[in-house]
Amino acid sequence: MKIKDIQEEIVDEFSMFDDWMERYEYIIELGKNLPLIKEEFKTENNLIKGCQSKVWLQGEKKDDKIVFTADSDAILTKGIIAILIRTFSNQKASDILEADMSFIDEIGLKEHLSPTRANGLVSMIKNIKMYALAFNTKN
Amino acid sequence: MLDINKIRADFPILSQKVNGKPLVYFDNGATSQKPQVVIDAISKYYQEINANIHRGVHTLSQLATDAYEISRGKIQNHINAKFAHEVLFTSGTTHGINLVTNGFASILKPGDEVLVSALEHHSNIVPWQMLCEKTGATLRVIPMNADGELMMSEYDKLLSNKTKVVTVNHISNALGTVNPIKYMIDKAHEVGAAILIDGAQAVPHLKPNVQELDCDFYAFSGHKMCGPTGTGILYGKEAWLNKLPPYQGGGEMIKEVTFEKTTYADLPHKFEAGTPNIAGGIVLGTAVDYLNEVGFENIQQQEKELLEHATQRLLEIEGLKIFGTSAAKTSVVSFNIEGIHPYDIGTIIDKLGIAVRTGHHCAQPIMNFFCIPGTIRASFAFYNTKEEIDVMVEAIKKAQLMLS
Repeated sequence: MKIKDIQEEIVDEFSMFDDWMERYEYIIELGKNLPLIKEEFKTENNLIKGCQSKVWLQGEKKDDKIVFTADSDAILTKGIIAILIRTFSNQKASDILEADMSFIDEIGLKEHLSPTRANGLVSMIKNIKMYALAFNTKN
Repeated sequence: MLDINKIRADFPILSQKVNGKPLVYFDNGATSQKPQVVIDAISKYYQEINANIHRGVHTLSQLATDAYEISRGKIQNHINAKFAHEVLFTSGTTHGINLVTNGFASILKPGDEVLVSALEHHSNIVPWQMLCEKTGATLRVIPMNADGELMMSEYDKLLSNKTKVVTVNHISNALGTVNPIKYMIDKAHEVGAAILIDGAQAVPHLKPNVQELDCDFYAFSGHKMCGPTGTGILYGKEAWLNKLPPYQGGGEMIKEVTFEKTTYADLPHKFEAGTPNIAGGIVLGTAVDYLNEVGFENIQQQEKELLEHATQRLLEIEGLKIFGTSAAKTSVVSFNIEGIHPYDIGTIIDKLGIAVRTGHHCAQPIMNFFCIPGTIRASFAFYNTKEEIDVMVEAIKKAQLMLS
């Protein structure tokens, strides 16, 4: 599936919820299903700065695509990163770099999460794009 | 006894709704809310007497200067400083501490020691580290115990004739522990060391008596005691303030300037370069008046009841652990719930209208001591109520259900 299609799918899913509680419960659910990073990759290098909770992110090249795994010590953060990974894992570096990020606003993540957490979200996206940039340049 | 409804009516922000729920503001340790008299005094200053101070001969400038100096006098009385010129206006506690550490850069030598407590806010650690890097002095740490209390037996051992400065907060921001500062001040003086007290978390709850304490410096912020942001006070004993070099050069702090040499103004102006936060300084006096009208005995009584109620109610929650269990505590409860990240709780209860602080509270060494990423901190002010605590407890239970 293309990034754009996945994003539309996520926006659709979130549009079913009436209030913040259902939305958060869904995020928590997504967090529980996050493809976990291997323990050996939970290094200082893979730690994303700018989040109040800890977030580790690891990207690996698989054929012409990048596969992301991650973990966090906070469950809501895990849920958010799960949304990002669902969108960007198994995608080409060039597609990741070009991806539009407005779906974040559409699912109300930026609006509904506190500014410090939103900063963490920005850092997560930045790190994903950095991986894409690094892999893209190597090619 | 406080008439709590009357007090709450003084704070317009408290009747607000946040996320559709009545605001429960328990982040008073970060900043306090402002009463209407303070908000009004800010407009009044700009509407009626705004002018630059200490230099104009015109009427407005005189009025503004008078108001500013009257406020300094009020604060002098409030903290019982011997002289008004020992009361320096700053932008906050951090500014006050940096003013002092900057001054000590010309006093400390390699081999000298600076004692800092394990309970400090980063603002009272980093400037001293920078000072030690600059001068070659050594930073040593007064340890704490599992209750979050400083260990006085260790403090006694650390003190020596090498000790030149001791720095400690009056009350810990992260845990609420009230430190035995009178003892610490006397002990520091026995070895000839100066001592700075970071009073940022104390001034909302009590009236420090700097002469009785006999501390050399006492720094605090205005915004935590119902005053405007960007205001603060550094009290320094006259002898020390005369000894320390100026912090910033500029207008206001000079006696005479030529290109060959500048002589500095007398206290307090030597340390007040540039146009200060005039409105803020004046209105800080209004805030001090307000707190005194409410009465610190009343404030302490209300806050004691809130602390007891919160501690009791919070401990009903399964898996909840309180950090900072000293008998000497102000109205701060720092806690975690087993298996749940403080940030998750904080985010969810925010949706229920409750403002608490989560994270390391700018005191990472304390979090490292307890081996935790952070805590949830509920810090109460005299305008808070037991009913609000009950609302928080229910919200936490709801969050716990969602998150586990």
